[in-house]
Amino acid sequence: MIDIRKIWYYLTRYIDGLLLAGILALMLVGLIVLYSATGANINKVSHQMVNMVIALVIMWLVANIPLQQIKRLALPMYVLGFALLIAVALFGEISNGARRWLDIWVTKIQPSELMKIAIPLMMAWYFDKHEITLRLRDYLGAVIVLMLPVALILKQPDLGTAILIAASGFYVLFLAGLSWRIIAGLIVTAAASFPLMWSFMHDYQRQRIMTLLDPSQDPLGSGYHTIQSSIAIGSGGLIGKGWQNGTQTQLDFLPEQSTDFIFAVFSEEFGLIGNTLLLLLYLGVIGRCMVITANASTQFTRLIAGSITLTFFTYIFVNMGMVSGILPVVGVPLPLISYGGTSMVTMLLGFGILMSIQTHPKLIKT
Amino acid sequence: MNHKVELRNHPEELRKFRIRLAVSSGFVILFFSILYVRFYYLQVTQQDHYHTLAEANRISILPLVPNRGLIFDRHGKTLAQNYSAYTLEVIPSKVPNLDATLDELATLIEITPTDRQRFKKLLRESKRFKSLPIRSRLTDLEIASFAVNRYRFPGIEIKARVFRQYPEKERVSHVVGYISRINDQDLEQLESSGELNNYRGSQHIGKIGIEQSYERQLHGIAGFEEVETDAAGRSIRVLSRTPPTPGNNLILTLDLGLQEAAEKAFGEFRGALVALDPNNGEILAFVSKPGYDNNLFIGGIDQENWNLLNHSIDRPLNNRALRGVYPPGSTFKPFMALAALELGKRTPEYTMSDPGFFSLPGVDRRYRDWKPGGHGRVNLHRSLVVSCDTYYYSLANDLGIDNIHNFIGQFGLGKKTGIDIEGEVSGLLPSAAWKMKQYKQKWYAGDTISVAIGQGYNLTTPLQLAFATMIIANNGKAYLPHLVKQVQNSKTGNTEEVPAKLLYQVNMKPSHLEIVKNALVDVTRPGGTAAKAGINAGYSFAGKTGTSQVIGIKQGERYNEKSINERHRDHAMFIAYAPADDPKIALAVLVENSGTGGSTAAPIARKVFDYYLLGQHPEPTIAQLSEPADEHQHDHL
Repeated sequence: MIDIRKIWYYLTRYIDGLLLAGILALMLVGLIVLYSATGANINKVSHQMVNMVIALVIMWLVANIPLQQIKRLALPMYVLGFALLIAVALFGEISNGARRWLDIWVTKIQPSELMKIAIPLMMAWYFDKHEITLRLRDYLGAVIVLMLPVALILKQPDLGTAILIAASGFYVLFLAGLSWRIIAGLIVTAAASFPLMWSFMHDYQRQRIMTLLDPSQDPLGSGYHTIQSSIAIGSGGLIGKGWQNGTQTQLDFLPEQSTDFIFAVFSEEFGLIGNTLLLLLYLGVIGRCMVITANASTQFTRLIAGSITLTFFTYIFVNMGMVSGILPVVGVPLPLISYGGTSMVTMLLGFGILMSIQTHPKLIKT
Repeated sequence: MNHKVELRNHPEELRKFRIRLAVSSGFVILFFSILYVRFYYLQVTQQDHYHTLAEANRISILPLVPNRGLIFDRHGKTLAQNYSAYTLEVIPSKVPNLDATLDELATLIEITPTDRQRFKKLLRESKRFKSLPIRSRLTDLEIASFAVNRYRFPGIEIKARVFRQYPEKERVSHVVGYISRINDQDLEQLESSGELNNYRGSQHIGKIGIEQSYERQLHGIAGFEEVETDAAGRSIRVLSRTPPTPGNNLILTLDLGLQEAAEKAFGEFRGALVALDPNNGEILAFVSKPGYDNNLFIGGIDQENWNLLNHSIDRPLNNRALRGVYPPGSTFKPFMALAALELGKRTPEYTMSDPGFFSLPGVDRRYRDWKPGGHGRVNLHRSLVVSCDTYYYSLANDLGIDNIHNFIGQFGLGKKTGIDIEGEVSGLLPSAAWKMKQYKQKWYAGDTISVAIGQGYNLTTPLQLAFATMIIANNGKAYLPHLVKQVQNSKTGNTEEVPAKLLYQVNMKPSHLEIVKNALVDVTRPGGTAAKAGINAGYSFAGKTGTSQVIGIKQGERYNEKSINERHRDHAMFIAYAPADDPKIALAVLVENSGTGGSTAAPIARKVFDYYLLGQHPEPTIAQLSEPADEHQHDHL
């Protein structure tokens, strides 16, 4: 009896209950939709459950590490990640026309995933270090720290990951207090540099942007995804067609329905009511993360927590936006719901950091 | 270290951070709202639109082609039937190098140059994405060898199709006509008549003859299947099925045995024969010689056969019975005689002396009788029996053209009869008004003289002559000539009789009719112009011979230099009915370039009568008609 209580105590000591509840609820939704999206493929569902358990274990481990320890890892992680990205650019394996994977002896890894955590850590560490001064020069240094790996990822090319990593870095800059004037300047520069970016883009990336503007231009090619997912969502109506009854899904009109486009499956089968509940659930998780961020005691923890929270939100927005046809199709999964182990682990690693921030003793200002 | 951290925790910094965090939260809410508006737009505002699209994705509608109705003669003998066979079909748009592929295909499956020609013709006429047949009636061996090599031939498939077949070929081609592939014109017509949906999936449509004019009856009503398909186009399940309604079978009035007897009686001669039942207008025989093999047209005729048929000097594609116009010659005389009696211009007793010619008063020109020296004393009876021209020259002059036109018009000469196949021409029964309209010239008395003996402007079709003869035979009843006797529901086997339609009654004094009819009987007796044909007939029959002059006729034949003389010989004509006292059959015969009516045309009529009245034609075998069309088709699998 006493043992179980002790075990429970150690298990939950650094776990934030509210956040975990939200995560588990989303995972459950994910499994239910996945079952339908894979055509009742129990193998795929159980494989995803294994992914989830692994990710939860990693989250638990991270949550148990005090942030001071993690902070020390920031620079080495960044350097390692950067080195690996260079290795990818030089020796990476090409699949589907992109060089994203690196074959190390045992397994293949995607270094850009590591960067998703390394960048906010590195940036938060950087600002924590230059906290008092914070001159324009410091911001410029941070931008370079951010843009070098982003450029390498864009080169792979992996637009989705590049956007998410750039966003996570930008959030640190923003929360660190980058002046509004510079932000406005960045936006103007970005808009002005669009033609330049256009010329650097790969054909398929340009195609995706063109397709967003007019999907019917290429209904069987790159417009197909958007058209079919819009049909799936729209035909779901208010209450949806019912679980496992989505014709777009079950008859395979919907592409990539267990991964990037799983939201269309959910939308078709559960309708606007389901979407409302799902958005509220995500909003709940984001809200809890915001609270944790607001309560964080140091600049480093605040920045890292804020960046993780806003990146999580960015995942949701970009994925739902592309599936519902208001953003171009970039390969961004729907967090905690899309099928796949890598993003699940990255996501829960971030939540582990948030829990660690929340649950380890804070230094209250005296 | 912890100490250091604490030191850095400036209130100002925290305040700034919290503002930024609040701004971020605001952005989160804003962007979620954007998503929500988008969802609302898709799922509520546009739900109907996307629902329709999803259904269109999911459901495809496959037309089910109905089986075409069969065609039988009046005794149930098959004139048009269906059979299923495997065909090799090509979708041109899916075959990159058509010629090379066809060469390769020819190593597996026999493809004759004729097949290729026909295919090329189809290719020119059709859209690139349509499936076009290149070979039909594949053998099992051919199907097997193609199946093994199928992967080498994308865009080429074997399909089971239902085909039409006309077992009687030339014998009834001018009646039955044929179906052929639906072309752009047909599509336009179907679209304007609102029938296009019923033809989705149909490949053929009636082009001529019964197949054309009874298209609506024969085609049937297409069914459809709603099939749920996945993204790859595979059928998952049938959601609903509306079976097709097969077309109705047609039982014609035609007597195939009689048709055969008539056709054979022509021997090598060209010509036409139309035989009617004077009691109802049913067409018993409808011959136009030569005929053509209507099976050639079903899959699209190849160039070689087309040239052969189209350029033949014998013009086998010309339906002489329906569309051939000929001066009626002396077969016109019975109608003139009736006009004389009815209009009081002659009495039966009136007798004239025939010197062998006639002259209009005060004019030198002589209109000659066919018999030099003339027939001596001639009354109305004798004028018909010996076919005296002079009697009618004088009569015509007394009647005047407009009386002739109006009276004889009642017998349908120079007018379409209204037969139930399309393409009939009207011919010409001249009048003063017609000549004024056509040539802007007044009618001369001399014009009337040649009209009297069925020459001049007169033009009639064999069908019209048979129709007119029927009206004499049945004492004035103008029945609509028709080819379809019964329409049979091919599912239930119930038949519906096509009723005889009395168009109008020609009112004539019975005594006048009797005088003319008696004379017509004597035509076939010793002393008459058709005496030879009447010898030893086991029944009495009435008739009138005629000779139709070829030179000067308006039938624009392009004569071959070598045969010009033969082709300018007179056409022989004969109209007749039998038995004379109770007519069961009335007919008109035309034999092209064969001389006089008495020598060639009347014997043909005699043979037809012999077959019809005395012959042992097979008894009706209607039982086999009640078989449903589907069953028929499977018989031929």
